[in-house]
Amino acid sequence: MSAILGRKLGMTSIYTVDGAFVPCTVIEAGPCPVVQVKTEEIDGYSAVQLGFEVIPERKVNRPKAGHLAKHGVEPVRTLKEFKELVDKVKSGDIVTVDAFTVGDKIKVSATSKGKGFQGVVRRHHFAGVGMTSHGQSDRPRAPGSIGSSSYPSRVFKGMRMGGRMGGTRITVRNLVVLQVVPDENLILIKGSIPGAMNSMVEIVKL
Amino acid sequence: MHPKVRNIENRESAKALQMRADSAGDTSAAPRFNPGDTIKIAVRVIEGEKERIQNFQGVVIARRGGGINETFRVRKISNGVGVERIFTLNSPIIQSIVVLKEGHVRRAKLYYLRGMSEKKIRQKLS
Repeated sequence: MSAILGRKLGMTSIYTVDGAFVPCTVIEAGPCPVVQVKTEEIDGYSAVQLGFEVIPERKVNRPKAGHLAKHGVEPVRTLKEFKELVDKVKSGDIVTVDAFTVGDKIKVSATSKGKGFQGVVRRHHFAGVGMTSHGQSDRPRAPGSIGSSSYPSRVFKGMRMGGRMGGTRITVRNLVVLQVVPDENLILIKGSIPGAMNSMVEIVKL
Repeated sequence: MHPKVRNIENRESAKALQMRADSAGDTSAAPRFNPGDTIKIAVRVIEGEKERIQNFQGVVIARRGGGINETFRVRKISNGVGVERIFTLNSPIIQSIVVLKEGHVRRAKLYYLRGMSEKKIRQKLS
């Protein structure tokens, strides 16, 4: 199986065999039951649906409970689908961190930390307009002109301005697995990944 | 920090300590040392295929960080030129650390030694 769901626990650093001190992110991933295998013939597209984190029966609403019962899987908090996976799995299989080995290239998707309403300097890396002296005090972080005047008499769509930043789904590709700890369901990934601590992450092999 | 992350950190530093203890042939991996002490560090150096041990001997002028991130700074005078090197305490490339002489200093960071002559430093540390 080449995909798994997990929870970001935090970051630390570890020594590799050759003595390098590398930063890494610790993720608690799986065990994830395969809930449903969607196929081209029945569902119109192929995908594998994974569950993550077993919870008590009373915490699952009825539609979800019915869906899980149909496939004979115990109650889980999260369901996520992975499209176009080539793996041969059937519902009821359990995916664990054993599916990953040290050195695997992976991509990680998660919801990034929300930054709130941010100006153009932070949000779009604008350089600001003026300086602080010479009689101006409000220009250093200004966006500058947002367009021409009578023609076109409007602001073009997609003009980069201030606004809500972060809190979107971000995928980072070409990350490397540094270590796998099957006893504790942990995966250590080189470098940082999107999202706050305790947030859900999806890991897919490249 | 999540306890499992701390667990990983402890395990990693424990592994580094064990590696060092194994290669040095003794069970006391890292001895206690403080700023002002003169120490000798055996460092594994990999040159192409071969691996050899290189010694670095000098005065510890600072320690910083904690846990797995702890580092220390060692200064020596080589052919009249001051040389400083920073080591990570739990690094597996450090094979052994030997305390040669304890120094008597009042400060935690001995950056003031940089401007001094060898003779002055000797006086300061005793």
